[in-house]
Amino acid sequence: MNLLNTFFNIPILIETFPLLLSGLLVTLEIGITSIIVGLVGGLFLALVRLYGAGPVPFLAKIYIDIFRSIPLLVLLIVVYYALPFVGIRFSPFVSAVVALTLVSSAYTAEIFRAGIEAIPHGQFEASQALGLSSRHMMIDVILPQAIKIVIPPLTNNCINVLKDTALASVVAMPDLLKQATQAQALSANPTPLIGAALIYVALLWPLVSIVARLEKRFGGEKRA
Amino acid sequence: MRPLIQITNLKKAYGIFTVLHGIDLDIDEGEVVCVIGPSGSGKSTLIRCINRLEAFSSDSSIVVDGVTVGPGKALAKVRAEVGMVFQSFNLFPHLTVLKNVMLAPMRVRGTKSADAERKARELLARVGIAEQAEKYPGKLSGGQQQRVAIARALAMEPKVMLFDEPTSSLDPEMVGEVLDVMKRLAGTGVTMIVVTHEMGFARQVADRVIFMDGGRIIEQGTPGEIFDNPKEERTRGFLRAVLNH
Ligand SMILES: Nc1ncnc2c1ncn2[C@@H]1O[C@H](COP(=O)(O)OP(=O)(O)O)[C@@H](O)[C@H]1O
Ligand SMILES: [Mg+2]
Repeated sequence: MNLLNTFFNIPILIETFPLLLSGLLVTLEIGITSIIVGLVGGLFLALVRLYGAGPVPFLAKIYIDIFRSIPLLVLLIVVYYALPFVGIRFSPFVSAVVALTLVSSAYTAEIFRAGIEAIPHGQFEASQALGLSSRHMMIDVILPQAIKIVIPPLTNNCINVLKDTALASVVAMPDLLKQATQAQALSANPTPLIGAALIYVALLWPLVSIVARLEKRFGGEKRA
Repeated sequence: MRPLIQITNLKKAYGIFTVLHGIDLDIDEGEVVCVIGPSGSGKSTLIRCINRLEAFSSDSSIVVDGVTVGPGKALAKVRAEVGMVFQSFNLFPHLTVLKNVMLAPMRVRGTKSADAERKARELLARVGIAEQAEKYPGKLSGGQQQRVAIARALAMEPKVMLFDEPTSSLDPEMVGEVLDVMKRLAGTGVTMIVVTHEMGFARQVADRVIFMDGGRIIEQGTPGEIFDNPKEERTRGFLRAVLNH
């Protein structure tokens, strides 16, 4: 009973729930923005890495390797606390989105590249022989086939981005985790933290089970 | 009259390995040319240079209907005028048969959807697969897929059709239906270059047969000259090997 009162105190949960929900909203804002920008950036990076001219593919590879190597927390702290020293000052929201997007686009680029490379060479040749431009070849022939291959790993990447939004709390972003710790301090009770954990699980569990099903159907590759 | 295709000193190498040793070849409008020769002799490479699926040496020249085949802007124009049928069909698996045939005219020529569809249905009827128009390629037999691939190439109304062993990956019972379509096509006056191991087809349909070996044209002539009276020992050896097979 005491345990329940400590860790799952219903009145406290009800009291702090609006705060947690406002945090969830911020988490979703950061997460969804980063996912969308990361998708666009990742597709762009994949295309220039595969088909860019001159040094462009090499530069894209360097970018991708760097942002897959750097710990997100380190990157976030650099963006928020170090960049101001050179006069670049981002709000907590922008800092979080920038850091998440830089990393997400690197992973997404590799996912798209693997998807495009999995398309048989004959599809490219048939498109070229018909006179399709590179743009139409990509839009009408290659990408629609690659999409099926990349959906499971892309969904996986979305899960990772949504999870990683919790790191934004270190730059004072009032996301779900930050609000939960705030509420915990105010009520002197850990229940809001448990509530936040449950909300994360409720948000991501469906995505996790979708990925599992998709991977069974198409076979997919996990983010390392 | 200027030849439709003029190939001059065509050279192609992979690293230090030379695949084509300076080939000269002119092809007239309406001509049906069959290219035969042992595996690895450069037949595919030769026809794949015509629409520049393979890059070739810069001192070589290929001119298709007055347009030089090079790496620049004119290439799109050449490719629109040159249809190609592959050994492995290479249909677009995510599009229906009908959409496979409609895609290039709409995207490359800007044909309206309704016109492209009318044309596509007409072509599918011509190759005998009108009823399969709404299906996906994966549901069709190899012979049917290859006929769709022919219709897809024809939809661009090309000046020349290239065939790279179009029946080599088919089950024997389906070879005939594809060759029949090609025979009818040859009868309509379309310029065709066909790489093939079907000697019966070459003898019956070709205006000219070209025998290649080791990246060179060893001998060429009418089917009668090549099949009944080959002059070169290498041609004789090759024909002996395939006809006894
Ligand atoms: N991408 C490639 N890299 C290296 N060698 C190749 C490549 N493609 C073809 N070749 C070589 O070029 C020669 C001619 O090939 P190909 O034109 O396909 O012959 P054919 O169609 O007459 O069988 C072969 O010896 C083949 O091994
Ligand atoms: Mg070949």
